[in-house]
Amino acid sequence: MQVSLKVKRFDPEDSGGKTWWQEYEVDIHPDSTVLDALIKVREQVDGTLALRCACRASICGSCGMRVNGNAKLVCKTRVVEVAPNGEQLTIEPMGNQHVVRDLVISLDTFFSQINRVEPYMQPSFVPEQGEYTASNDSMENLLTAMNCIMCGCCVSDCTVLEVDSNFIGPAALAKAWRFTEDPRDDKRNERLKSLNDEDGGIWDCTRCMKCVEVCPKDVAPMERIMELREAAIGAGNTNTSGYRHTESMYNSVRKHGRLDETRLALDSAGWTNIPRLLDLAPIGLNAMMKGKLPPVFPHKAEDNKKVKDLYDRVEGDQK
Amino acid sequence: MYEHDVLIIGGGLAGLRAAVEVTRAGADVAVISKVHPVRSHSNAAQGGINAPLTDRGDDWEGHAYDTIKGSDFLADQDAVEIMSSEAGDAVIELERMGVIFSRGEDGKLGTRRFGGQKKARTFFVGAITGSAMLHVLYEQALKLGLNVYEEWFVTKLIIEDGACRGVVALDLKTGELHTIKAKAVIMAAGGAGRVFEPSTNALICTGDGLGLAYQAGVPLMDMEMIQYHPTTLARTGILLSEAARGEGAHLLNANGERFMEKYAPDYMELASRDVVSRSEQTEINEGRGVDGNVLLDLRHLGREYIEQRLGYLQEVSVEFLGIDMAEQPVPVQPGMHYIMGGIKTDVDGATSVPGLYAAGECANVSVHGANRLGANSLLDTVVFGRRSGAHAVEYIKSVGDHSRAEEDLASEKARIQGILDRPQGERAATVRDDLATGMTKGIGVFRDQASMEGALENLLNVKKRLPNVSVENKGRVFNTDLMFALELEFMVECAEGVVGGALARKESRGAHFRTDITERDDENWLKHTLVYKDESQEHGYRVDTSPVTITQWEPVKRVY
Repeated sequence: MQVSLKVKRFDPEDSGGKTWWQEYEVDIHPDSTVLDALIKVREQVDGTLALRCACRASICGSCGMRVNGNAKLVCKTRVVEVAPNGEQLTIEPMGNQHVVRDLVISLDTFFSQINRVEPYMQPSFVPEQGEYTASNDSMENLLTAMNCIMCGCCVSDCTVLEVDSNFIGPAALAKAWRFTEDPRDDKRNERLKSLNDEDGGIWDCTRCMKCVEVCPKDVAPMERIMELREAAIGAGNTNTSGYRHTESMYNSVRKHGRLDETRLALDSAGWTNIPRLLDLAPIGLNAMMKGKLPPVFPHKAEDNKKVKDLYDRVEGDQK
Repeated sequence: MYEHDVLIIGGGLAGLRAAVEVTRAGADVAVISKVHPVRSHSNAAQGGINAPLTDRGDDWEGHAYDTIKGSDFLADQDAVEIMSSEAGDAVIELERMGVIFSRGEDGKLGTRRFGGQKKARTFFVGAITGSAMLHVLYEQALKLGLNVYEEWFVTKLIIEDGACRGVVALDLKTGELHTIKAKAVIMAAGGAGRVFEPSTNALICTGDGLGLAYQAGVPLMDMEMIQYHPTTLARTGILLSEAARGEGAHLLNANGERFMEKYAPDYMELASRDVVSRSEQTEINEGRGVDGNVLLDLRHLGREYIEQRLGYLQEVSVEFLGIDMAEQPVPVQPGMHYIMGGIKTDVDGATSVPGLYAAGECANVSVHGANRLGANSLLDTVVFGRRSGAHAVEYIKSVGDHSRAEEDLASEKARIQGILDRPQGERAATVRDDLATGMTKGIGVFRDQASMEGALENLLNVKKRLPNVSVENKGRVFNTDLMFALELEFMVECAEGVVGGALARKESRGAHFRTDITERDDENWLKHTLVYKDESQEHGYRVDTSPVTITQWEPVKRVY
């Protein structure tokens, strides 16, 4: 069958860098992956097209790119899945990372993020003989994150990195989780504290779910980040606007059945954090002028008790 | 100007393990690889790593004998003894670095059974053991601040006064050629699977390391020993780990019979890989296959067990064929998977060229002989990666200042510019496909004189076409088109080693099964084949042999 591809090209050597779209049509087997199609283009139509690929079996992590706007590992994306009716496919390099040529992005962003989380085991002792003793469940738990093949799809589509390049990023935080959850690692508290305190750390995730959606290996980085937050709070790291934000939201909804947005902003900043409060003032003023300031005394939900029941049930389940 | 005490070509398991060893010894080391280390093909090893752990009632001699029997007695027994006796420490070290090996109830490492072995001694991480090990070794590299030339392609070894003194390499990101000087070079550049089509191997497995060493005058040993893995996914050729059979999966023919009963009544599906692949091919050839495949049946293991222990297999089966293993048997066929042969080394990784070492799939120590046991390749990488690193550190103590010669850089620049300047001819991919399909056709699961001569004829034809291979991309930055043309030249060197060895060996042993000479011939052929590059010969190579080292296990008939 025929597949039509529209590929975003970039030539860094053409007078400082030229970007253009190029269309290709190739004949493929109906079971083919998007990678098969691209390789066919490269080998039979246009030898100048640059892309990375290696294993063809979704284990090496080389072939992350955007297909119709979403980051995918193209070796495990079948053409019929993304173009069931023969639609043209749009292929672009991954986002949030510098493009080297065509579909090839620089790996520097990704690996500099990984490097920020001390990505190696730091045990407190070496067993006199043999291996560390650890339960099989504790090791299987880590498989979630060890499934990460460092393809960079999550980094590509992370909506936080789009606006804040200082965010440690979903892959590196999932990697950090792999160590905080490893019973053999001795630096759990130090790791949690630094991930909690650091600018760009665990509280910078906006929970948009994009990384969970695009991860081809079910690492679900955002869920790992949420677990890191819980663990960080559990380890006593409560002096952050992130924690205060969470706590304020919890209290507000429990009390009023609704979110008290004014209080949330003030709680998150911290009542004694004068500089941060002063930062908020113009925003508040602006909102007031436009009639968008939330009420100072929050409305209560009509049936507040139901909300409280929900809290009790969820918390009961957790116990 | 780039200079190191030790330069390691390849960032997979063997290369990274060697790098850790050299770093620990305090020498200056760098890794150079055409891909980022975590993209290396070590990733693809699924099932596990063998180790006879003595505190679990196992003994290294048992593993050594299974390995030697698996090799059809072609392995050098001194090398196997070293691998088996060092295996326990190697696996424990990996665990201590952070590998999340599966555990038993007692919290100690647990095992699964693998083919060709009497005992369950394969340690594993689900079906991603290679990936889990590679990522942990890469973590160690980050911890040690290892210097890595990422996406640099080595085009030539610098040989000065008969010793290896560095490399010429192309920085893919800039297109610049550089000299990297080193007192010792460790080749850990992986296998050559792409010389065959189809193959389970990654597209990067083009035998560059073998080609480089061969061009430098080092012999390639036992290259005819090509492993066809018994369970590669129909049509796609994607590997399904032996772990499936280790966990109890059955192989069925079209009549629903467990046909391994006929071929290996004791070991059944867990006979050596060469034996199982031949049995499958026989079933298929005799009309009891299913569209050119046999069936791998896991249904009786149950969904939960499959997903827990063989998650990656289920993932690829569903993703690539739309088959749920818990519901349906999966069509599989033998597929080219591994080269037992490689750069001839001693047990410390040293080659015939001083200062040049080799480890991992590109090397032949020889521990795999005529057939490698499943889960021995990962073991090979870490044991002999470490030993190469340790020995290279000793060797460089006697090496003086770095070489000052720049001739190789100039000649490589001219050669590569020559390739870029060629008028439009054939694409590298077209010639590569012809080479690889001809190799599979001639040097398959079964082979005979005529088929191997066909492979040679095909190879000679491809060699003639090489100077006409042109590069469409004339740019400098990330010019993969140029890299494919350079890789193709290394692939041709590897193919020469394979064909040379295959035509020389007048017997059937392990993976080298000739339908015209079906018996093993210990009297004449209990020896290694060595192929040397030699332009004075008719076909550009000459073949020699060397004896097999026997320590304590006399060859006997191999029955499973």
